[in-house]
Amino acid sequence: MNNEPMKNRSAEFSCPIPITDYKNILLAHGGGGKLTHQLIQKMLLPQFRSKLLEPLHDGAIFSINGSRLAFSTDSYVVNPIFFPGGDIGELAVNGTVNDLAMCGAQPLYLSVGFIIEEGLPMEDLWRVVLSMEKAATVAGVELVTGDTKVVDRGKGDKIFINTSGIGIINEGIEINPRNASVGDKILINGAIAQHGIAIMSVREGLEFETQIESDTAPLHGLVQAMFDVSKKIHVLRDPTRGGVASALNEIAENSRVGIVLDEGKISLTEEVRGACEILGLDPLYVANEGKLLAFVVPDEAEKILSAMKNHPLGKDSAIIGEVVNDYPGTVVMKSKIGGSRVVDMLSGEQLPRIC
Amino acid sequence: MKYIDEYRDGHTARVLSERIRDIVTRPWTLMEICGGQTHTIVKSGLESLLPKEITLAHGPGCPVCVTPLELIDKAIAIASRPDVIFTSFGDMLRVPGSSKDLLSVKAEGGNVRMVYSPLDAVKIAQQHPDTKVVFFAVGFETTAPANAMSVWQARKLGLKNFSILCSHVLVPPAMEIILSSPSNMVQGFLAAGHVCTVMGYEEYIPLAEKYKTPIVVTGFEPLDILQGMYMAVKQLEEGRYEVENQYSRSVKREGNVAARKLLAEVFETTNRKWRGVGEIPNSGYKLRESFSDFDAETIFEVAHIETQESPLCIAGTVLQGLKKPHECPAFGVQCTPEHPLGAPMVSSEGACAAYYHYGRMHAQSNLHKAV
Repeated sequence: MNNEPMKNRSAEFSCPIPITDYKNILLAHGGGGKLTHQLIQKMLLPQFRSKLLEPLHDGAIFSINGSRLAFSTDSYVVNPIFFPGGDIGELAVNGTVNDLAMCGAQPLYLSVGFIIEEGLPMEDLWRVVLSMEKAATVAGVELVTGDTKVVDRGKGDKIFINTSGIGIINEGIEINPRNASVGDKILINGAIAQHGIAIMSVREGLEFETQIESDTAPLHGLVQAMFDVSKKIHVLRDPTRGGVASALNEIAENSRVGIVLDEGKISLTEEVRGACEILGLDPLYVANEGKLLAFVVPDEAEKILSAMKNHPLGKDSAIIGEVVNDYPGTVVMKSKIGGSRVVDMLSGEQLPRIC
Repeated sequence: MKYIDEYRDGHTARVLSERIRDIVTRPWTLMEICGGQTHTIVKSGLESLLPKEITLAHGPGCPVCVTPLELIDKAIAIASRPDVIFTSFGDMLRVPGSSKDLLSVKAEGGNVRMVYSPLDAVKIAQQHPDTKVVFFAVGFETTAPANAMSVWQARKLGLKNFSILCSHVLVPPAMEIILSSPSNMVQGFLAAGHVCTVMGYEEYIPLAEKYKTPIVVTGFEPLDILQGMYMAVKQLEEGRYEVENQYSRSVKREGNVAARKLLAEVFETTNRKWRGVGEIPNSGYKLRESFSDFDAETIFEVAHIETQESPLCIAGTVLQGLKKPHECPAFGVQCTPEHPLGAPMVSSEGACAAYYHYGRMHAQSNLHKAV
C-alpha cells in the first residue's frame, strides 16, 4: 500500500541503482558466484571503468618507466579467525601474494589495514600479527605500510584485514584472463576444496576422523618454478571463493572459449570427499587458498607439469582439462562414468541439500 | 572411497548401458521420482549414456521444488518476526516466495539459521528459552522421521518454545496423480530408494497392478540408476509390471518399522498443495491433534496466507512428462534459475533447471557449428 511514495522518490536520482532485483546486499553477493559477478558488472565496472580494471584480473598490470608492475588488493573476513591449517593473518598475506603471483609478478611489498572489534583479546591479535610476520618472511615480502581502526563491539566480527600488494613482472611474461586459447591444457597443483571444507568443519562443528586442514600457501615460488621452464603460460588463476568452477567459468567467458574438464583427473582427499558427500556440496565450488589453475600451450604442458611436480606445493599436480572450440563461455565436465554435464556459475551461496 | 567408488565405475556403467541397448526394441518413457536421482543423472551425465529409445521424465520428488509458494510465504512471515529464530535445511533458504526468499529475510535482520538436522533446532530451543524456535519441516517420507523425532524430543524435554512449520509430502499419491492422468506418458518408474528405506515398498504393489506399470525401487549412485533403468526396461519389454527392489542393500519390504511407528504417532495424512501441481488428496503429513502445541502454523496464525502460483508456469505438465521444459513459453525468458516462476526451475535438481543448463551447452554448440 505504501510503496508509491518510495517509487516517486527514486525518480529524483539521476543515476538509478542498476541492480533492482535485490533491495539489500545478500551474503551471496560476496560468494564469488553469479550475484558477485552481477554486482561487479552492473554496479562497479561501469562506474570505475578503465583500461587497467577492464580485464577483471586478480590485479592490475601496468608499466612505469619501463618496469612492469602488478597491483592487487583483497580483504579477509574469515570466521573463525583461527582454523585448522592457518589463521586470518596468514591468509591475508598469502592471499595477496597469490593474487600478484597470478598476474605473473614477483611480489615485493604489502600494505595492511586492520579493522578490529572492540574487545578482541590482545593475545589473539598478537597471534595474528606473529602469523603475518612469519607468512611474510616465508613469502619473501615486506609489510611496508599499514593502518589500524577499532570499531564498537558488535560492529565487526573480531578482526577484518585488508592487504594490498605490489609486485614486479619479468620480461617475456604475458598473463591475461583473456588469453586462454583453443588447445591450451589446464593444470592444477593438487587436491581441491581443502580450505572451504576446513573452515566449514570448524564453523559447523563437524567432526571427522582426521582433521581437514586449509591449504593456504604462497604460490609465487611455484609460479616461478613454472616460468623457469616455460614462459608459454597464458592464464593463471587461484580458485579461491567460488572454487575451481567459478574461476574456470570466468576465464571461459573472458576468453570466449569452451573448457572441458576430466572429472577423473581432479583429485580430492578422502576426508574432503567424504565431507562433500555428507553435506551434499560440490567440491568444484568450494574455496581453495593454495591452489592455482594454469592455462598453458599444449606442447609445453608436460614440461610445466613436471616442474610443478618437483615443487613442494605441486607434488600432486595434474592436467585436468583443456580449452576447446565448442560452446564458448561454457565449462563442461566429462564425468568418471562417461557422461558429460555443464559446470555452471553458482547462482547464490552453495547450500547443503536436504536429500 | 568405499561404498561410493564401486557404484561409480565407468566400465560397469558402459556394460550396463550396453545391456539396456541390447534389450530395448522400442521407445519407453521412464520417470525417476526423486530429486536426488535427478541430481545424479544430471551430475554424471547419465542421459548421454542411454539409447535414444529411452526418454527420462524427471519426477516431482524434489522437496525444494514441490513446496508450494504459499508455504514459503508463511515461512517468511514467521521468520520476519523479531521474537523468532527460524531454522531450516540449507537449500530451502534460497527458494523464492512471492516477494522474496528466506536469505533476504536474513539480510533484513531476521534471525534465520541453517541447520543440518531438526534436532539441532531443538538444541537451539534449549539454549534460547526466551525465543521461539521454528523448524521448517519439509520433505518426503525420508526426512519425516527425523522431523517427527524433533517434536517428540521437544515434548519429552518439556520445551514450550519449539515448533515446526510442517509441509511433508508423500510419494505414492503423487505417482497415482501422474498415472491416472488421461494423457500420462510415463511407462515405468524408478521409485525413490530412501523413501522406501523408511516406508518399505508394499504400498507400491497395488499401484503397479492397477496401472500395469513396472516400479523399480532404485538407489542414488550412477550404477544404481542404470541398473534400475535396466530392470524397468526389461519388465516393459517382457510385458511385466511388478515392484522390484534394485536398492536391496538399504531397502526392506516392510521398511524401517521403528521409524514408521514414530511417524504414525506424530503425524496423520492430510491434503497438500504441491507447487506447480495443485492440491493432491491425502498427499502429505500434518501434526496430530495431540502434538498441535508444536504446530507453527497455528501458533503464529499464518494459516490464512494464500498465494497463487504464476499462471505462466506449466510445471504440472512438465512434472508429468507431458511437455519438455523448453516447450514452455516462459522458459529462459521470464523463468530462469535466478528468477524461477515454478517448481522445477527452483532447485538444480528440477527438470527445468537441468534443461536450462544443458540447453545452453547445446544451443552454443550448434551456434558455433552454424558460424
